[in-house]
Amino acid sequence: MTALASPVACGPEIRFERGQRAVFCGLTSIVWLHRKIQDAFFLVVGSRTCAHLIQSAAGVMIFAEPRFATAIIEERDLAGLADAHEELDRVVRRLLERRPDIRLLFLVGSCPSEVIKLDLGRAAARLSADLAPAVRVLSYSGSGIETTFTQGEDACLAALVPDLPRDEAASLLVVGALADVVEDQFARLLTDLGIGPVRFLPGRRAAERAPVGPNTRYLLAQPFLTETARALEERGAVRIPAPFPLGAEGTTLWLAAAARAFGVAPARVVAVTEPGRARAARALTAHRARLAGKRVFLFPDSQLEVPLARFLSREMGAALIEVGTPYLHRTHLAEDLALLPDGTAVTEGQSLDDQLDRCRAARPDLTVCGLGLANPLEGEDLVTKWSIELLFTPIQGYEQAGDLAGLFTRPLARRARLEA
Amino acid sequence: MQLTLWTYEGPPHIGAMRVATAMRGLHYVLHAPQGDTYADLLFTMIERRDARPPVTYTTFQARDLGADTAEIFKQAVAAAYERFRPQAMIVGASCTAELLQDDPGGLSRALGLPIPVIPLELPAYQKKENWGASETFYRLVRTLAGPPAAERVQTSCNILGPTALGFRHRDDLREVRGLLDGLGIAVNVVAPLGAAPADLARLGEAAFNVVLYPEVARSAAQWLERTHRQPFVETAPIGVKGTVAFVEAVAALAGVDPIPVLRAEGSRLPWYARSVDSTYLTGKRVFVFGDATHAVAAARVAAAEIGFSVVGLGTYSREFAREVRAEAAAHGIEALITDDYLAVEAAIAAAQPELVLGTQMERHIAKRLGIPCAVISAPMHVQDVPARHAPQMGFEGANVLFDAFVHPLMMGLEEHLLAMFRDDPEFHDGAAPSHLGGGARLEAETAVLAAPAAAPPVVWSIEAERELKKVPFFVRGKARHNTELFARERALPLITVETLYDAKAHFSR
Repeated sequence: MTALASPVACGPEIRFERGQRAVFCGLTSIVWLHRKIQDAFFLVVGSRTCAHLIQSAAGVMIFAEPRFATAIIEERDLAGLADAHEELDRVVRRLLERRPDIRLLFLVGSCPSEVIKLDLGRAAARLSADLAPAVRVLSYSGSGIETTFTQGEDACLAALVPDLPRDEAASLLVVGALADVVEDQFARLLTDLGIGPVRFLPGRRAAERAPVGPNTRYLLAQPFLTETARALEERGAVRIPAPFPLGAEGTTLWLAAAARAFGVAPARVVAVTEPGRARAARALTAHRARLAGKRVFLFPDSQLEVPLARFLSREMGAALIEVGTPYLHRTHLAEDLALLPDGTAVTEGQSLDDQLDRCRAARPDLTVCGLGLANPLEGEDLVTKWSIELLFTPIQGYEQAGDLAGLFTRPLARRARLEA
Repeated sequence: MQLTLWTYEGPPHIGAMRVATAMRGLHYVLHAPQGDTYADLLFTMIERRDARPPVTYTTFQARDLGADTAEIFKQAVAAAYERFRPQAMIVGASCTAELLQDDPGGLSRALGLPIPVIPLELPAYQKKENWGASETFYRLVRTLAGPPAAERVQTSCNILGPTALGFRHRDDLREVRGLLDGLGIAVNVVAPLGAAPADLARLGEAAFNVVLYPEVARSAAQWLERTHRQPFVETAPIGVKGTVAFVEAVAALAGVDPIPVLRAEGSRLPWYARSVDSTYLTGKRVFVFGDATHAVAAARVAAAEIGFSVVGLGTYSREFAREVRAEAAAHGIEALITDDYLAVEAAIAAAQPELVLGTQMERHIAKRLGIPCAVISAPMHVQDVPARHAPQMGFEGANVLFDAFVHPLMMGLEEHLLAMFRDDPEFHDGAAPSHLGGGARLEAETAVLAAPAAAPPVVWSIEAERELKKVPFFVRGKARHNTELFARERALPLITVETLYDAKAHFSR
């Protein structure tokens, strides 16, 4: 509907767009967060739509006794707020009776709960007092009116920060839910660099609460952590600026930034990262042949788009037509933006039909988009890569660089194979 | 508040989307927050549609709340009209927008668009998906149906009910068209699937209506009956008997002879069910759950056409509870009317069926309990929108049902061999049906352990336990359940071999 261009002297050309947005809400991030924090439960307070959304996003996971559920607001809950709090207490008690293994309960706000101004913060404080010390109860918003997709993780982690113990000692905190395998690789590399102690947010269990203080340096592993970063800075922690660890180059620069902050000699960085860089280079070669010169269009989804575009352009030789992102944190993404080719069109926000018009007109070789758009675009003979997989698949770090490239080359290889 | 993990039905606006997506030349503007667009992927992924559903969402955010959302809605309606130039539009609110109290009907009327714009009231906190589909279709028909034609050909009808994301609607429609064609009955309009608003205007030209799915089309058909004097047929042509009854009912309304269609090739189901390999199907205990239409029809086919015993029947469609209760009574059981999958799981565990016919959820419950299962109703996953022709309705549908119900079970000869040679390595107790891969399956006993946790434990003697192992594994769970029930009722401290056979005698009628 509206498109305001704000060209910078050099670097990418960033536009802001407003209109219909084909994106998930923050509730969706529960689907990977609950797997990361193994004794946490996520209780969405919302409508049948919220339950249906999570069911649709979780696919077959819904049948595996996952640690999330929805307290569906019914008509009688809308009548009076006092009643709603009693109802919520009843639902929480029933839930904890069924799941005595739960140590951390998140009350997750939704659009309906926010519009009726159900105070989940107060409910969490009350329930926390009642259920202590067995269960801590926190709240955050995953609603579509407040959050887009991965921002749900940001809101969740930000809710954890005030709860972290204080510590004056120097330490590194890596922030953002990563697959366990990736987390372990990073822990090894950072330890080999001589950085320590290294801790991760979120921890794998509710009891793992990384201490924070003025000597904590934190390194973002994901680009969508605006509120979490702010909350950490309120606790005195200091961010280490770095591009995100996607691809061999991204991983090296990310590790090097941490090493610099901890005074590690550059030679040691080269020595520690050499085996990983060599393996990644080998893994990426075959994929580069398929992606070099391919014109790529990225629809907004997760805020991973800018670092992904940087990887595709610099390491895979792809040409970028447009890089959409739901939000653009200019500070957190400064290092990645600086590595994009001059003049790259970066669009913050979305006006879906206008963006589809641009995509169709450009006829990209590969379009990265959500599942609602992928088959319709394939139906128009455009090759697509559905983006949500980038959140569920381990893609960060050296050992995953080849897998990351593979996610983009597979649709192209497939299109080349099919003859019927 | 209701604690929920799985829901059988989405909210009512999903039902409206199913109608809008089924049609052509219709656009739906949905006042909804950012995130509600997830619903698109039900259509693009589960049904593999190659076009976006014709739905524009306002996707408002927190910063828009206040006076702004009404303006956003108006802009979205105007922009959607400009871009898509539909013949008609429907407008409404999702659950969150319902709370905002912007008035989609009034706001879009104020735009003065030159097409019909139909407001939908879909109470998201009371009603669900199927109700939403039914209400939407009813509103569309009410607004768009032209007057009854002055002269009608008696042998013309409309087919009402198939939608997008319907369980096998695509293929059912082809079968039903074939039956009507055989009877010499012309199909005037099929709706919603494939119809444009202009087609709905022609509904009045037909002499009568064929309702395939009452969940979607009963309200509209009843209205057409009242206002347009169009009678309707609601007999589900599912199974051979159902199809015959349907053909007879339609032929009677059209004043044609049903015999040529009934004498034609028909279905293989009756012969397959009579062939001796099917003897082993006799009295197999089956639990049926789904939407009302499919559950009732599947129970009839299972009992009367395949020879199973229906030991459980239920639905999540509260609107059709009466029909399901009546059908359950005919099988001598009580219907289970619930949308809580945990209640369904408990009922299945208690009934100890040998086959479950249900939705995607029952497929997973059955998997957990180690019971064979076939899917007969929405909600479904992508594998139940198959590439091949796979109707539920008509004579070919009956063939499909026979295969679908029997396939998860052992073939007769295989089951016989397993029972006779169960100590042989090839035919040991844990062997799964050969056509389902060689992997051992969870024994049905786990079902019993999972079910009535509240009941006090009953102790088995070693000899009784050993004797129980001699019972074929596919009925062993039931034997254990019955024996324990028997022992508990008599407050027996220990189950002996004697108790096992006493219980067997007690329960065999």
